[in-house]
Amino acid sequence: MSHAADPAGTVEAVTRTPYKWGFATEIETELAPKGLNPDIIRLISARKEEPAWLLDWRLAAFTAWQAMAEPHWAHVHHPPIDYQDLHYYAAPKRRAGPARLEDVDPELLATYEKLGIPLRERAILAGVEPAAGEAAPVAVDAVFDSVSVATTFRATLAKAGVIFCPISDAVREHPDLVRKYLGSVVPQGDNFYAALNSAVFTDGSFVYVPPGVRCPMELSTYFRINARNTGQFERTLIIADAGSHVSYLEGCTAPQRDENQLHAAVVELVALDDAQIKYSTVQNWYPGDAEGRGGIYNFVTKRGACRGARSRISWTQVETGSAITWKYPSCILAGDDSVGEFYSVAVTTNRQQADTGTKMIHIGRNTRSTIVSKGISAGRSDNTYRGLVRIMPKAAGARNHTQCDSLLIGDRCGAHTVPYIESRNPTAKVEHEATTSKIADDQLFYCRQRGLSEEDAVNLIVNGFCKEVLKELPMEFAVEAQKLLAVSLEGSVG
Amino acid sequence: MNTIVALQPAWLREGAASFLARYEGLRARLPGDTAVREAGAAAFRARGLPGVRDEAWHYTSLRPLAETRFAEPLTAIAACDRLMARLPAIDAPRLVFVDGRYRDDLSVVPGAVAVRVGGPAYGSLAQPERDNMVALNTMLTGDGAAIEVAAGADGGTLLLVSLGSGGTAERPIAFHPRHALHLGRAARLALIEVAIGEGVYLHNPVLEATLEEGAVLTHLRLQDESRAAFHLATLYADIAAGASYDGFTLAVGARLGRLEVHARLAGRGAAAHVNAAQLLGGRQHGDVTSVITHDAPACISRQTVKNVLSGHARGVFQGRIAVARDAQKTDGYQMNQALLLSPDAEVDSKPELQIHADDVKCSHGATVGELDAEQLFYLRSRGIAATDARAMLVRAFLGGALEPIAHEAGRRALEAAIDQWWESEAA
Amino acid sequence: MLEIRGLTATVDGREILHGIDLDVPAGEVHAIMGPNGSGKSTLAHVLAGRDGYEVTGGRVGFGGRDLLALAPEERAAAGLFLAFQYPVELPGVGNANFLRTALNAVRRARGESELDAVQFLKLARAEAKRLSMPEDMLKRNVNVGFSGGEKKRNEVLQMAILRPRLAILDETDSGLDIDALRIVADGVNALRGPQTSALVITHYQRLLDHIVPDRVHVLAHGRIVRSGGAELARQLELEGYAGMAADAA
Repeated sequence: MSHAADPAGTVEAVTRTPYKWGFATEIETELAPKGLNPDIIRLISARKEEPAWLLDWRLAAFTAWQAMAEPHWAHVHHPPIDYQDLHYYAAPKRRAGPARLEDVDPELLATYEKLGIPLRERAILAGVEPAAGEAAPVAVDAVFDSVSVATTFRATLAKAGVIFCPISDAVREHPDLVRKYLGSVVPQGDNFYAALNSAVFTDGSFVYVPPGVRCPMELSTYFRINARNTGQFERTLIIADAGSHVSYLEGCTAPQRDENQLHAAVVELVALDDAQIKYSTVQNWYPGDAEGRGGIYNFVTKRGACRGARSRISWTQVETGSAITWKYPSCILAGDDSVGEFYSVAVTTNRQQADTGTKMIHIGRNTRSTIVSKGISAGRSDNTYRGLVRIMPKAAGARNHTQCDSLLIGDRCGAHTVPYIESRNPTAKVEHEATTSKIADDQLFYCRQRGLSEEDAVNLIVNGFCKEVLKELPMEFAVEAQKLLAVSLEGSVG
Repeated sequence: MNTIVALQPAWLREGAASFLARYEGLRARLPGDTAVREAGAAAFRARGLPGVRDEAWHYTSLRPLAETRFAEPLTAIAACDRLMARLPAIDAPRLVFVDGRYRDDLSVVPGAVAVRVGGPAYGSLAQPERDNMVALNTMLTGDGAAIEVAAGADGGTLLLVSLGSGGTAERPIAFHPRHALHLGRAARLALIEVAIGEGVYLHNPVLEATLEEGAVLTHLRLQDESRAAFHLATLYADIAAGASYDGFTLAVGARLGRLEVHARLAGRGAAAHVNAAQLLGGRQHGDVTSVITHDAPACISRQTVKNVLSGHARGVFQGRIAVARDAQKTDGYQMNQALLLSPDAEVDSKPELQIHADDVKCSHGATVGELDAEQLFYLRSRGIAATDARAMLVRAFLGGALEPIAHEAGRRALEAAIDQWWESEAA
Repeated sequence: MLEIRGLTATVDGREILHGIDLDVPAGEVHAIMGPNGSGKSTLAHVLAGRDGYEVTGGRVGFGGRDLLALAPEERAAAGLFLAFQYPVELPGVGNANFLRTALNAVRRARGESELDAVQFLKLARAEAKRLSMPEDMLKRNVNVGFSGGEKKRNEVLQMAILRPRLAILDETDSGLDIDALRIVADGVNALRGPQTSALVITHYQRLLDHIVPDRVHVLAHGRIVRSGGAELARQLELEGYAGMAADAA
């Protein structure tokens, strides 16, 4: 290795490290036939024992989807997706109704254990406080392909009045809440992928936090795509009633497969008066290999409605995976004095393409939003920040501040910043700043002169670059995210 | 029919069809290179007029233009005294076009610069197949100036004037002048473009400017068209190694205006300043769209665009800095600031960085807001009346953009236009 | 000169001034002291006519005119000057241009002739010199990049040039070193005369060692709770506000 600082080379080496979550689970899977038509939708709905209104809702979404054209974006390129060549329902075959954790297929429990997501409630069940240094318990909903296989700590949460369960359970157990809020933030016909999701969504998490309740623990969902040729279409709905408070985490991985898999999720958040929702994502879907074979197409619609006065929705995301990422977690700031936040780190290497950002729609008076986006491009990847800040005529006193920074590692990648700023109220103040830079030779040299390896130096600098965002993550996730950044960039420099 | 056009709304298709019909009627009589013109017509047939679904026209709807039926300018020699009296007092030779046609009697031919008129001056930079308005211009242009400054020569200052005079609400007219400018190695020129007019018309000029190595072009533009006119100007500039393009455009006129700039930094160490200010009131719509492409290493681009919007005006800025793979050591900066002076004004801003090289220093910023209440109060507490205090702060807001203009007479002309705009706004 | 009767005012719907009565006769310097949050700055801003400070009751006479009916610039033209606690920065506005515009607006209102650029610069340079201010301060943009002390001195320079009948100094002494404090005090003292008055708002006794007031008023919880001579300020320095604030509660 040369003594000259060569970040491009080091990053080159980092990306040679294999994807560590790429194993597949051998498990009997029930698959619906390939293809998408009203009969498949009826089958999904029947499998999930859904009420008639929900089937009608799905069919209406399907009709809308058929009339829509697949979107194409300037910096995103992929071969056409054959929507009739996918399985829209895949579920691990159940033993008779796994109502209890002990009944979950041990193969599945082992899978999650291997992924570092223990589906157990030991600490709490035994009634002992976590030892110092050990992470506080986190309630987990584990979604495997199309269905939720386990949700932990449901009883503990129920005591606080918090509902945390698979959305298919919520449809049966809390139909009024689901019917009132499902599609109220992301309507069925919102966009091509949201319509597709509305037609065929299978599982996902449902959270309801009653008025005045501060959710006693972090909630999390862990998504895993396992089966071949399936799409995952999960749907998450989180409602924070007046004065409540909830923090929710989401993690994602998938096996290493040569073909591309489609993930088209919809997440809807509703915050009523004085409520706060913090939604954190660590997305590490399989990104494909160095030549761009395989990997997940991650086309996701995430949107939060700050309906109530003084409500707050905060999105934090660390995006390192997927062959293509297309997502814009957004906030509709309807309530007066409501607050929207978006903190993002997106890392692309090899042939990955990420087009991600946010939309902040200011409707209410004195609404405020903050956007901090950090893009890191390496290899032959393309990384685009695309964000909209829209100030509606009634949003007097609205404020936005946006900071977008791009870091390029190597000269074969692209970094793009595309903000859209639309203001129709003179009393609003919108500020956008963006910079693009590379890891400076003198920074690297300085670190190396102090004894750091080149790779450690890059990690240090990248972590520093991302610090503003990483500090927004809940503690235990922040550590994971830092490791993930290091692994994602492993081999990119050297 | 092409698919792009097929998906468009009827009014847009019909607007394009009327231009095509005009072309069919005139083609035998139009001057200049027929092959270039035919290629332009083919491109326009394929692309039509741009709609808001076209990303480059997302914020600017051409509906009022598409719904207007434009006639040919009449050849009668209009008396232009009133318009000529509005020209800024700059002592320099001038090329005057009235309704798109060169007027020898109003022009003062320069000595240090070679000029050819009488037919379109097609260049090699414009891309009708990618730009609808350039396609329209290429198809229907009737006249233009080819301006040439020889290597090493200093062309001094040259005014390029467009007067719109013959169009009325009953008979709107359209003209599409096509100009080309060539600066030889180390040549210099200050080109001051002025577009003024009365009545209803479409002024759709295209200028292609080529700067050879080390050439320096100062390019000031004042767009003060009739408030009932359409002004859609496209500029292409190719800037060779060590050459410098220094542009500032002030737009105060037109009901619908757009300044589109494609500046390409083609050789090492080239520099481009693409600055602009729009002052709009009433129901005016103004759009500044630019693409600055860094195609060579160690080039510098700077862009500051300011919008001052009152009444129901809408101001648009779309600016892209594109850095090619080989353009290492690029230094790019872009700033867009908008001042909303009324509750019904609207601003849309899309500054964009598109970067494919790693050793670059690129940044951009955008701010939108109203006059600072605290500053306003401070001025008033010192005895300065509210309107004067506002004027003072608006001038201060624009000052930063105008200050770097080294061409003294040109800057004074732009400042005068700003003062005049403010007076008419305050009245 | 200044007559305040039963003045009440709200900020963001909250009442800050609960009924102020105060007379500042011509030729006198009065000090208003009080703890943080007592309403001192609110009073200054209400008198200068700042938006967002809503007068809900009472009246203010200024040289026989109804002050509250006037726009901020009309108050300035009538001779009221507020030296701000936090002078705002005006990027792009040159200090000299700003001052000349302000001076000529005030002179016009007084029926005096306007000064041309040469006359003005002569005056401004002389005043700047008297206040030991570097001349280049006139060339810079208003308050942009000024240190805290420079900003305060710039306020005093403006006051010297505009020659108000009533100068209100809103905590002008905060954050000043002793030299700057002396310059500010000299500026105010130079203005003193039978026809001019000043209202010095301060948290500390310090400034009042240099500008000896005719009267001192203590403001607490939006009311004047005590008035006295210059000795009251020294008493406050020793005893603090606690006792007096309690009187008002």
